[in-house]
Amino acid sequence: MDYSQFLMMPQEMGLLAVFLLVFLYDTFMPERSQRGLPLFTAIIFGIYTVLSLFVCCTAGTAFGGMFETNGATWAIKAILAAGTFIVLLQAAKWTNSEFVSVRRGEFYELLLLTLFGMYLMVSARHFLLFVIGLETASLPIAALAAFEKRYYESHEAAAKYIFTAVFSSAIFLMGISFVYGLSGSLYFNDIAMAVAGEPSALLIVAIAFVIAGVGFKLSLVPFHLWTADVYQGAPTAVTAYLSVVSKGAAAFSFLIVLVQVFGAAYSDVWEWMLYALIVLTITIGNLFAMRQRNLKRFLAFSSISQAGYIMLGVIAVNAVGMASLMYYVLVYVFSNLAAFGVIAAIERVSGKTTIDDYNGLFKTNPWLAFTMMLAMFSLGGIPPFAGFFSKFFIFVGACQQGSVAIYVLVFIALLNTIISLYYYLLVVKAMFISQDDCVVPAFKSVCTERVALVLCTLGIVFLGIVSCFYTRLSDISVTSFPGL
Amino acid sequence: MPFSLSIAVVALPLLMFLVLGLLDDRLGRRAAGVLGTLSMLVVTVMAYGVSLTYFFGTGQGQIIDGVRQTVTVWNPVWLSFTDTLVVRMGVAIDPIAAMMLIVITTVSLMVHLYSLGYMSNHEGEPEKGYQRYYAFLGLFTFSMLGLVVATNLFQIFIFFEMVGVSSYLLIGFYYHLPAAVHASKKAFIVTRLADLFFLLGIMIMSFYTGTFDFDALVGTGGAAAHTALGTAHTALGTAHGATFMGLSVMGWALTFIFIGGAGKSAMYPLHIWLPDAMEGPTPVSALIHAATMVVAGVYLVAKLFPLYVIEQGAMDIIAVTGAFTAFYAAAVACVQSDIKRALAFSTISQIAFMMTSLAVSSASGELIEIHGDYGLGYMASMFHLFTHAMFKALLFLCAGAIIHAVGSNENSMMHGLHKHMPITSIAFLIGCLAIAGIPPFAGFWSKDEILVACYHKGLGWGLWMSMVAGLTAFYMFRTYLLIFFWSEHKQHGHHAPADAPWTMTLPLIILSCISIVAGFVPAHKLVTFDGEPLHTSLDWTVAGSSVAIALIGIGLAFKLYYKENDAPARMKAAATGLWTAAYKRFYMDELYQFITHKIIFQCVSKPIAWFDRKVIDGAMNLMGTVTQYCASAVRPLQAGKIQGYVMTYLIGALVLAVALIVCVLV
Repeated sequence: MDYSQFLMMPQEMGLLAVFLLVFLYDTFMPERSQRGLPLFTAIIFGIYTVLSLFVCCTAGTAFGGMFETNGATWAIKAILAAGTFIVLLQAAKWTNSEFVSVRRGEFYELLLLTLFGMYLMVSARHFLLFVIGLETASLPIAALAAFEKRYYESHEAAAKYIFTAVFSSAIFLMGISFVYGLSGSLYFNDIAMAVAGEPSALLIVAIAFVIAGVGFKLSLVPFHLWTADVYQGAPTAVTAYLSVVSKGAAAFSFLIVLVQVFGAAYSDVWEWMLYALIVLTITIGNLFAMRQRNLKRFLAFSSISQAGYIMLGVIAVNAVGMASLMYYVLVYVFSNLAAFGVIAAIERVSGKTTIDDYNGLFKTNPWLAFTMMLAMFSLGGIPPFAGFFSKFFIFVGACQQGSVAIYVLVFIALLNTIISLYYYLLVVKAMFISQDDCVVPAFKSVCTERVALVLCTLGIVFLGIVSCFYTRLSDISVTSFPGL
Repeated sequence: MPFSLSIAVVALPLLMFLVLGLLDDRLGRRAAGVLGTLSMLVVTVMAYGVSLTYFFGTGQGQIIDGVRQTVTVWNPVWLSFTDTLVVRMGVAIDPIAAMMLIVITTVSLMVHLYSLGYMSNHEGEPEKGYQRYYAFLGLFTFSMLGLVVATNLFQIFIFFEMVGVSSYLLIGFYYHLPAAVHASKKAFIVTRLADLFFLLGIMIMSFYTGTFDFDALVGTGGAAAHTALGTAHTALGTAHGATFMGLSVMGWALTFIFIGGAGKSAMYPLHIWLPDAMEGPTPVSALIHAATMVVAGVYLVAKLFPLYVIEQGAMDIIAVTGAFTAFYAAAVACVQSDIKRALAFSTISQIAFMMTSLAVSSASGELIEIHGDYGLGYMASMFHLFTHAMFKALLFLCAGAIIHAVGSNENSMMHGLHKHMPITSIAFLIGCLAIAGIPPFAGFWSKDEILVACYHKGLGWGLWMSMVAGLTAFYMFRTYLLIFFWSEHKQHGHHAPADAPWTMTLPLIILSCISIVAGFVPAHKLVTFDGEPLHTSLDWTVAGSSVAIALIGIGLAFKLYYKENDAPARMKAAATGLWTAAYKRFYMDELYQFITHKIIFQCVSKPIAWFDRKVIDGAMNLMGTVTQYCASAVRPLQAGKIQGYVMTYLIGALVLAVALIVCVLV
C-alpha cells in the first residue's frame, strides 16, 4: 500500500491527532487535572483549526478514487472546524458541571469523531465511504443527545434521534442498492456514466431515497419531524453542534452527491424534487418557528427554514451556487452559534429557555442581549450584517440558473424572509422592549463563553463587510469544480 | 515642513472627536476643553507650516516654471466602480486648499479658545455637555479640513455631508430648546435637499467624463496660462453636444452641483436655514455659519471654476443668483433687531459677493481679460473669502460676548454698551470697518478687487454691487450703533455688563489684529486659478468711489442711529409695508411653509400615506393573518409520536418518487 496517500488527507490526520491527544489526556491524566480537559481540548483544537487554514492543500484523489480532496473540500472542512471550535468553547463550562463531569472525556471524543465522519462525507467519492462517514457522523450524536442522563427530555431526544436515524439510513441504503443494481458500481463517477441515458422508474425511486436519507441530516421537510424534539431535549452544546456543523457538512455533501452522481442527465428529476422540498422546508419551518415559545425549539424550526435557503445553493447547480452555499454555511455558523451561545449561558445560570424569560434582558445583561440581537439580525438577513450578504449571494446564485421556476422559488424564499423577520424580531423585542418582574439577573459569563461570543460577533459583523471571504470561496469553487 | 504633515492636520481633529466623544463624562469639563484647545493649537501650527511652505517654500514641487502646482500628498483608491471610474480618498494641496487650511484652523482655534469661557456656564449654571460640545467641534473641524483637501468630487460630497451632520449636531446643541431642535432640522433638511442635486450633478458628470478626480477634470495648474481650461475642455469633450432643454448636459450637471453649493452657502432661495441656525451656541455660529462651512459652496464652485467658465450657461445662473442674493440679504439685514440674525443676513450677503465675483470672471465661455490678467474675479472671491472669514468670525465672537453680558439677542436690550464693554466695542468697530470696506482694513482690499471684476463684466454689474456695498456699510453701522450707543444702557440683569474674561477677549484681540492687516496679504500672487500670479494694482477710480459709497452709508447710519431720536420710527411708519416685508425676510419662510404644508403635504404626502396605510400595511396584515392561520393548521403534524414521524418520512419519500415518476415517465 502506498502510504503517501495519507498525505492527501492532512485535515483528517490532524483531527485524528487531536482526538488521540484528547483520548490520552482523558485516560492517563490524574483525576485532579481532569478539569483542565475542556480547556485543553479547546486550545489544541484551536491550534489545529488555525493550522488547517494554512495547510497546503493539493487537489487529488486517494484510495483508488474513493477519497477526493480539493479547494472546496478544504474550505468547507475549515469552516466546520471553526464551528466546532466555537462549540467546544461554549461547552467548556457545561462539561465541568456537576452531573456531566464524570463523562466529559466521552463528550469530546464522540464530538471529534462525528466531525471526522463529516470530513469523510465531504470528501467521499464512493458510496461505501460516504455511508461510513454518514454513520460515523450520526450515531455518536445519539449518545451526545442523551448526555444529560438525569433529564427525561434528553433520553427522549436520543431515542427519537437514533430511531429516525436508523430508519433514514435504511431508506438511504435501499436507494443506494438500487443505484448499484442499475450501474454496477459505487463510485460516483462510474455511476454517473452508467446511468446517463433514459430515466428509469427505479432510478427515480433511488434518487428520492437518497435525497430522503441526506434530507434527514439536513432536516428538510417532511424528513424533519425529529428536529424540534431533539433540539429541545439535547444539551444546548449538542444542539448547537447539530444545527450548525452537522448541517453544514450534510449540505455540502448533498451538493456533491446530487451534482456528481445524478448530474446533468437527471437534473430535471432531482431539481424538481429539491424544488418541492425547498418550498416546503422554508415555509413549514417558518410557520412552526412563529408559534414556538421555547427558544431551542424556536431555533430548531428556524434552522429548518435556514436549511431550505442553503438548498437554494444546491439547486443553482453553478459555481456561484456552490460558493454561496459555503459562504452561507460559514455565516450561519457564526450567527447561529452566537444565538446558541447566549442561550447556553443563560440556561446554565438560570435554567430558563423560553422567549418570555428573556423579557427585559437588555436591562440586566446588555452585552448578551446585544449579541443575541446581532445574531437575530444576521439570521433574519438585515444589512449590514453577514446574514444579509449570505442570503443575497445565495439568491444571486439561484437566479443565475435562469429558469422562470427558479425566479418563482426565489420569490417564495424572499416572502419567507419577511415572515422570518417577524419571529426573529420577536426575540429582540422581548429583550429590549418588553418588561418583566422576574428578569434573568445580571451575571458574568465565563471566559470561554465570552471568547466564543466575541468570535461570533466579529464574524457576524465582518464576514459581510470584508469582501475577501466571499471572493476567496468563489475562486475556490471555480477551480475545484470546473465543470459546474 | 513636509506636506505629508497635512494628513496629520486632517486626522488629529478626528482623533480628538473620538477621544472626547468616547470618554465623554469620564473626562473632566476643564480637561476636555483644554485638551481640545491644545490639540487644535497643534493642528493650527502644523497647518500654518504646511500652508506657508506651500506658498513661500520651494523644493517640494509646489512651483514649476513659475506656476503653482497642485501637490497630491496621498491619494489611495477607496472604492472602484469600474476600472476607470474609481473613488479615491486623499489629501491634495492647491492654492485655495492651502488658504482654507489657514482660515479653518485659525477660526477653529479662536473658537476653541473662546468657548472655554463662553460655554463654561449657562445662565449661572455649569453648561451640560461641555465635553460633547468639544467633541462636535473636533468632528466639524475634521470634516471641513477633509473637504478642502479633497482630491475628487466624491470625497467633497462625503465631507459635504459630514459638515452638514456636524452643523446639525451643533445647531441642536441645546436640544432641550424646541427652537434649536427646529432650527437644526431645518438646516439639515434644506442643505440635504440641495445635496441631492449635488449628487445628481456628480452622477451626470462622472457618467459623461468617466472620472471624479479634479486632476482629470480641471488639471493641476498648468504650465501655460490656460492649461486648466485646456484640461477642462478635454474632460468636457465627450459631453459636448448633448443637450437637454436648451442647456448642455454638462451645464445641467454643473448647475446641479452649484445648487448643492448654494444650499451650504445659503444662496437665495435656499438661504432660509441660515438665520434659524443662529439658535446654536454663538461660537458655533462664528465657526460654522460665518467663516467656514457656509463658504463650502463658494469653494466648490471655485474648485470646478474652469468647467464653469466653459459652460457659460451655468455660470450665468450663478452670477444672477449671487447678485440677487447679495442685495436681498443686505436689504433684510437693514431692519433686523436680533443681532445674530442681522449678522447672519450679512453673511449671506457677503457670500453672495464671493459667488458673484467668481461668476463675473467670464463671458461667453472665455475669461475676461483685465490689464493682461485673467481670472481676477476668482482671485478676488478667494481673497474675500479669507478676509471675510476673519472679520465675520470677529463680529460673531463680539456678538457672543455681548449676548453673554446682557443675556439677550435683541438690540433693544443692549444700547449704550460702549462705556461698559470698551474692548468689545472697539473690536466690533474694527469688524464693521473691515466689512464696510474702509482702508486699510481687510475688507477694503478684497471687496475692491471684487468690484473691479464686476465693472469689467459690465457697468450694470458694477453699479449694482457697489450699491450693495453701500448698504452693507449702512446696516453694519446701524447694528453697531444700536448696540453700543443710541441711549444710556438700561440694566436688565443682575450685574452690570462688562468685558468678558481673557479666554474670550484674547480671541477678539487676535482676530481684530488679523482683520486690520489681512488686506496686505499678497493674494493676487498666491491664490489664482491657474497658478500664475496676477499683476493687479489698485484701481483708484473704483476704490475711491466704493470708499465714498461706504462713507455715505456709514454717515447715514450715524445720522439715524447715533443718538436716540424718532427718525427711524418715522421712516418705519412712512413705509410700514416695506419695513414689515423686509423684517419678515420678504415672506420666504411663509412661502416655504405654504409649498411644503399646503401643496406637498396635501397633494403628495397624503395620498402616499393613505396608500401606505391601507394598501401596503393591509397586504402585510393579510399576510400575517394568513401565516398565523397556516401555522396553527400545520401544528398537528408535530405531535411528538415517533411512529407518526417515521410515517410522514416514508410517505414523503414515496410521494416524491411517485410524483416524479408520473411527471417524467408518463
